[in-house]
Amino acid sequence: MRAAILAISFFLSFSSAVFAVEPDEMLADPALEARARALSQTLRCMVCQNQSIEDSAAPLARDLRLIVREHIKAGESDQQIRDYLVARYGEFVLLNPRLSAHTVVLWAIPGLILVCGFIWIAVVLLRGNPPQPAKLSPEEEKKLAKLVRNSDDLTKL
Amino acid sequence: MIAELSHYALVLAFVLAVLQTILPLWGARKNDLTLMGVAEPLALAGFGFIAFAFAGLIASFVRSDFSVLAVYTNSHSLQPLLYKITGVWGNHEGSMILWVFVLGFFSALVASLGGNLPARLRANVLGIEGSIAAVFLLFILTTSNPFLRLSPAPAEGQQLNPILQDIGLAIHPPLLYLGYVGFSIAFAFAAAALIEGRLDAAWARWVRPWILTAWIFLTLGIAMGSYWAYYELGWGGYWFWDPVENASLMPWLAGTALLHSAIVMEKREALKVWTVLLAILTFSFSLLGTFLVRSGVLTSVHSFANDPARGVFILAILILFIGGSLALFALRAPVLKQGGLFAPVSREGALVINNLLLTATAATVFTGTLYPLVLEAVTGEKISVGAPFFDRTAGPLLLCLLLVMPAGPLLAWKRGDLRGVTERLTFAAGIAAAVAGLVLWLTQGGPILSAAGLFCAIYAIAGALIEFSERLQLFRIPLAASFSRARGLPRSAFGTVLAHIGVGISLLGIVAEAGWSQERVVALKPGDRIAIADFDLSFKGLYDREGENWHDRLGRFEIRRGGLQVTTLEPAKRIYLGNQPTTEAGIATFGFGQLYISLGEPMPNGAISAHIYWKPLVTLIWIGGMVMAIGGALSLSDRRLRVGAPKPARRMSVLPAE
Repeated sequence: MRAAILAISFFLSFSSAVFAVEPDEMLADPALEARARALSQTLRCMVCQNQSIEDSAAPLARDLRLIVREHIKAGESDQQIRDYLVARYGEFVLLNPRLSAHTVVLWAIPGLILVCGFIWIAVVLLRGNPPQPAKLSPEEEKKLAKLVRNSDDLTKL
Repeated sequence: MIAELSHYALVLAFVLAVLQTILPLWGARKNDLTLMGVAEPLALAGFGFIAFAFAGLIASFVRSDFSVLAVYTNSHSLQPLLYKITGVWGNHEGSMILWVFVLGFFSALVASLGGNLPARLRANVLGIEGSIAAVFLLFILTTSNPFLRLSPAPAEGQQLNPILQDIGLAIHPPLLYLGYVGFSIAFAFAAAALIEGRLDAAWARWVRPWILTAWIFLTLGIAMGSYWAYYELGWGGYWFWDPVENASLMPWLAGTALLHSAIVMEKREALKVWTVLLAILTFSFSLLGTFLVRSGVLTSVHSFANDPARGVFILAILILFIGGSLALFALRAPVLKQGGLFAPVSREGALVINNLLLTATAATVFTGTLYPLVLEAVTGEKISVGAPFFDRTAGPLLLCLLLVMPAGPLLAWKRGDLRGVTERLTFAAGIAAAVAGLVLWLTQGGPILSAAGLFCAIYAIAGALIEFSERLQLFRIPLAASFSRARGLPRSAFGTVLAHIGVGISLLGIVAEAGWSQERVVALKPGDRIAIADFDLSFKGLYDREGENWHDRLGRFEIRRGGLQVTTLEPAKRIYLGNQPTTEAGIATFGFGQLYISLGEPMPNGAISAHIYWKPLVTLIWIGGMVMAIGGALSLSDRRLRVGAPKPARRMSVLPAE
């Protein structure tokens, strides 16, 4: 958190804008504007430390927000806009990395760990549980009942 | 003079830490009581010297001794006293001193409270603690000396970064470090158990209070940091999945898993090896967290290399402790005997699932945080992994965890009654569905995701309450009898319920903030009126205000609700000495919701831009964190867990099986 704060103050020192979207940037149509905001949240301000262009005050982020809105006004889909930005700035601009050869490990890790974990647990549980012991004989049952009666409350612990 | 004395005290502390490492560990090996016995005085004396150095650094800051480099770069004579003091740890060198100070503090605590530990275990634990202290002190002395002098001494300092000039800096880092470093005790216990090759339920009982203590502080530290970012950064966000936040989340996730597996180990002697591994992993994450923030590796791989001495040292520390302890684990874990069999459907089983989900989440956050660094180092390709990734991966895992959470306490140890639990949880789910449906209907249908989140939150809270009323047999026996049952319950039972409810409360806040917040982005001229939620804001104009070392340009807003003026908000743009600006959001709390105004830039036409938010239930996010911590504290105060407490009181035996 502290580095985030430091990073932000670093940008404040050369950019005059303090927060992201300024009123003059916004689209008149609320539906299109909402789309622009949602899309902006998935795009990285490339000169910032891990901030989306929606959150960043840097001039570059403002430029990107305007580009996004221009393309939305031109009727492009989110995917088209993302493709355009990737072509221009590289995959670094996407906060949500695309599934590809070099991100497959990244995306697979959560599922992989879950599956491996389940298998491991199952194996340990199976190995840990020895075959059930043979049933008690009637005499043993009697003995046990007597023991249980005598031990009173102790079993409840 | 103070700086030199403090520097010398650090050197002495280092020497003592080296002795504290070697003598007790050797003594434990040779079974030499005298050698083992030196651990306590060494730990106490070491803490004394570190405290002296820490106090010396604080004194240099308070006296504005700008001949000390760290003071010059992080303080100013006009800074308020509080920020002169907090400036001590608002930089790399000083924060490392705070780190070893907390470490020394915990070592001293073990030394003075650990009288009931077996001599060998205590000697080994303190020896391991000593080794951590020795390595960190060496790191400070060789690469991050806070007592470097400047000659000639400048007349004035460069002041602490304005964004850090906040009460948050006084609270957040110390809490966070108490959490991070607190887990070093669990780590030391784990390493000691591996060295001795002995691990039993008593070990879990001794180590649990330490785990709980660290967990409480880390929980509070994260909640506090989140609120700090929320009000200070001025765009209304509270969690950004920033690598630095992730750095604190990873040890929290692993620590939460550890907390639960240690319970299983204490009660049932199961999950022994796993608990030891978790203790190692949790502290490894803490180390990683410390260095992710401190080393600059996050900004880019290249800035890490800019200061090779520090970077290489950090890598060496990580390899030494993480690699070393994992190697020790691999060597010695097979010696430890597994115990405690249980059926898949049992409280142990539920806690295993809890551990699996928490570990998977921690692994996901870990991968997401470090993947871009590794990828760039290996292939040169640059990608980003941000909030959308974590929302899609860690998010669902945590929601699954929440669904399992109420089942744990409802299930019996060893073999649980699946049908009974399902019935009760169906009841909880019914309540949750009804509430979620009602809210959706009242708010004219919200995003479906919010409804799902709302359901999970209510379900978690209801589940915890149902479990609690089961224990009291509420409504099944007379109320007075339930009350006397409640008095007989151990405090840890209250702790569990509270902590679990806290999770639900936090989620409730998160869901409400995400789904039902309102926002206006406007350009305002004096006299303009804005309506948001059921509030009516009128903008009165811009005013000036002078502070000790800043100047505010503030906008005044009168807030009306139902025609009555309820409050005035004055969000500001604050200019500190040296022209560094910050935003000061104007925040007013109504119930659990907050009205949040952040001022922007003057526009060409004379208007000023402003972001205005209404965030319903947003404070629940942090209140939930505090409830969790209070739950932890209640558990900690349970006499069965108190360090040095006698055996559980007999009255426990009349209670039903837990």
